[in-house]
Amino acid sequence: MPNLKELTHREDLLAGGHRLCAGCGAPIALRMIMLAKPDDMEMVAGCATGCVEVSTTIYPYSSWKVPFIHNAFENAGATVSGVEAAFKGLQRAGKIPADKKMKFVAFGGDGGTYDIGLQSLSGAMERGHNVLYVCYDNGAYMNTGIQRSGATPHYAWATTSEVGPAQQGKQQQRKDLTAIIADHGVYAAQASISHWKDLVTKAEKAFTLDGPAFINVFAPCPRGWRIPYNSSVEISKLAVQTGFWPLYEVEDGQWRITTKVHNKKPITEFLKPQGRFKHLFKPGNEALLEQLQAEVDRNYERVLARCGS
Amino acid sequence: MPEQKTIAATGNIFVAEAMRQCAPDVMAAYPITPQTTIVEEYAKFVAQGKVHTEYVTVESEHSAMSACVGASAAGARVMTATSSQGLALMWEELHIASGMRLPIVMANANRALSAPINIHCDHSDVMGARDTGWVILFAETAQEAYDNTIVACRVAEDPDVLLPVMTCLDGFITTHSIDRGQTIDDETVKAFVGERKPDYALLDTANPVSHGSFAGLGGPFFEFKRSQRDAIDRSKPVVERVGAEWSKIVGRPFGLIETWGLEDADVAVVVIGSSAGNARHVARQLRAEGGTKAAVVKIRCFRPFPAAELAAALKGMKAVAVLDRAESFGAEGGPLFLETRSALYDLERRVPVVNYIYGLGGADVKLELMRRVYSDLSDIASGAAAAEGLRYLGAR
Repeated sequence: MPNLKELTHREDLLAGGHRLCAGCGAPIALRMIMLAKPDDMEMVAGCATGCVEVSTTIYPYSSWKVPFIHNAFENAGATVSGVEAAFKGLQRAGKIPADKKMKFVAFGGDGGTYDIGLQSLSGAMERGHNVLYVCYDNGAYMNTGIQRSGATPHYAWATTSEVGPAQQGKQQQRKDLTAIIADHGVYAAQASISHWKDLVTKAEKAFTLDGPAFINVFAPCPRGWRIPYNSSVEISKLAVQTGFWPLYEVEDGQWRITTKVHNKKPITEFLKPQGRFKHLFKPGNEALLEQLQAEVDRNYERVLARCGS
Repeated sequence: MPEQKTIAATGNIFVAEAMRQCAPDVMAAYPITPQTTIVEEYAKFVAQGKVHTEYVTVESEHSAMSACVGASAAGARVMTATSSQGLALMWEELHIASGMRLPIVMANANRALSAPINIHCDHSDVMGARDTGWVILFAETAQEAYDNTIVACRVAEDPDVLLPVMTCLDGFITTHSIDRGQTIDDETVKAFVGERKPDYALLDTANPVSHGSFAGLGGPFFEFKRSQRDAIDRSKPVVERVGAEWSKIVGRPFGLIETWGLEDADVAVVVIGSSAGNARHVARQLRAEGGTKAAVVKIRCFRPFPAAELAAALKGMKAVAVLDRAESFGAEGGPLFLETRSALYDLERRVPVVNYIYGLGGADVKLELMRRVYSDLSDIASGAAAAEGLRYLGAR
C-alpha cells in the first residue's frame, strides 16, 4: 500500500473538467480506486448508464485516460465480462502478449448495481471473470432525479418515496448488496470515500487478485441528500462512525472488519444534517428514529458476528 | 476449387461448424430452444480444444449481447446464437450493437414469440428486430445457413460496413432436420474470412478511446444515425460481392434474392426461409400439369432490403402473393408484404399484391395450402378475383 505522498505522484486516470456536481462522491471514489492500479497493469473501464457516464463522456470529450466503454444501464457486469473474454481469447490466439497484465473494472451507481444490473453483476461474479466491479452507492437514482432504489435508506425522502400524511419516505429497508455479492464466494468489500487508506488498500487488493472482486463505496450525492456540497466527506465519516456503513472485507469466505468503530455515534448524527431525513425530526416521528437506530444496531451486530468479533 | 465434404447434419450443426471455422475469439451465449444444439456443439469444440474461443456462458440473452458488445469493442471476433424470447430480451442491445458499429455475427433460430408460449417456427422474433440496424440474412436450408454464417463474418467486419449481422434459420424445420450439405476445409474458410483488424479496440491500451459516449446535449446524435444509415446502405454491395466470392469458391449461388421460373411467369410468390422449397415444388407441379406459370422469389438478404431487385423481378407480373410468417398487428399486412408492396410502388404498371400470413407457431404449410395460393393468384391474374384482404393461410 503506497502512502499518501506516493499516491499524489500517481497519474489521475479520470481527468478534471467532467460535469459531475460539486461535492459528488462518485468521482472521488473512482479516482481513488484507479490510483490503486499497479504500474505494471493496464485496465479497461466500463460504466453503467448513470451520473458518471453522462458526465464524463459528453461527446466529443472524455475524462477517461484509460480505454472506456459504456453500453447500457443494467449490463456493466456483462459488458466488462465481454471485454475480459476478448482479452483471454486474443491472448490465447497469440495476438496479445502472454505476459500482459490487465484488469477489467466496471463502475455503476446503486440503481445500476443493486437493482437493474444485479443479474448481470451476479453472472459476472459467478463466472469468475477477472473483473473488479465498483458500485458508487449514493442511495437513489440521482441521474434521473432522486428516485428511490434498493439502496435508499429506510424512511429517506426520494421523489418516488415521498413524504406526506400517509407516508414518511421510503417504506422498506435497504438491500444488503455487499453481503449478497460476498455470498458468491468472491472478494467483496465495503468502503467509503472518507476513509481513503481503507479504500485504496481494498482496491489494490482487488486489482492484484486474479479473479472477480466487488467494492461497494459509500459516495454521497449533495443534490439528492440535501446536504451542502462541501460536506460529502464529513457525512461519509458519520456513516461509518454511526455504524450505518461498516467498513469490512470478505476474502476467501472470511469476513473482517477493516475499520473498527469504538463507541458508535447515534444514528441521528448521520441523519440530522441531511435534508432527505428532515421529516424524521418532526414531532410525532420519534418512534421512526428509534426504529432506525435499532435497525442500524442490528445490521452492525450482524456484520460483527460474521466477522467473528 | 477446394475439395468439399458432403455430410448429413442438422442446420444447427452446420452453423456451429461454420462458426468454428471462422474462429471467433469470443462466443457469449445463453441456451434457448431451438438454438441449443448450436451452443452445445460449440461447447464440445471448446472442451475438445478445437477452438481458441473464450466461451462466456452468460446468465441471460441480454447479457449475451451485452458481452458481445464489450468483446467486439475490445477488438475480438465475436459470435453468438439465440432465438425468439432470447432475441426479444436482447432488443435493447441489438440497437446498441449496431449503433456502436460493432461487427458481431449471431445465428437466430426463428421461433414464435409468446404468448401463448410456443417453441416452433415463425419469423415474429426476427421481424420484431428488423429495424434494429442489423444486416439480416435468411437461410432456406442447412447449407445456406452454413454459407450465410461465413459470408456474415466477412460482411460484419468489412471496413465499409462494421455492423452486426444476423443469420436466420427456421426453428426445428432447418435447425433440427438432418439435411445433406457440403462443408469446406478449415484453411479455405480461414483464408476467406481473414483476420479482424479493428480500428479502435479497447484492448489497444496504448491508444485509449471511449466507446458509447453521451451524445445527448444537442450533440451529433442525428449525424451518427445518418452515418449508420449510410453504413447499412453500403452493406448491400458488400453482401453481394462477398457472396459472389464465396459462391465462386463453393459453386453454390448466393444472391440478395433467388428467383425461380421468372422468365415466363405470369404470377409470383415471394417467400422467406424454408417454405421456399414447398413454393417451388408446387410451382413446378403446376407447370407440369399445364397450369399456372408461376415464379418463386426467395429473399435471402432481408436487411438491407432488396427493394430494387424485387421490383425488377416482379415487374410485369399479373399477380404476386407475399407469404409472411409473422404478423404486424394492426398494419395492412405482414412485414414482408408491406415492404414488398412498397418496393413495387414506383413501377409504371401496378402489380396486384396479395398477402398471406402462414405457419405461425410452426403451423404446417402443406402442399395443398401452397396450391391454394397459386389458385388464388390465377384468379387474380385472370380478373376473376380481386387482390384484396389479408388472408390467413390454413388457420382453422
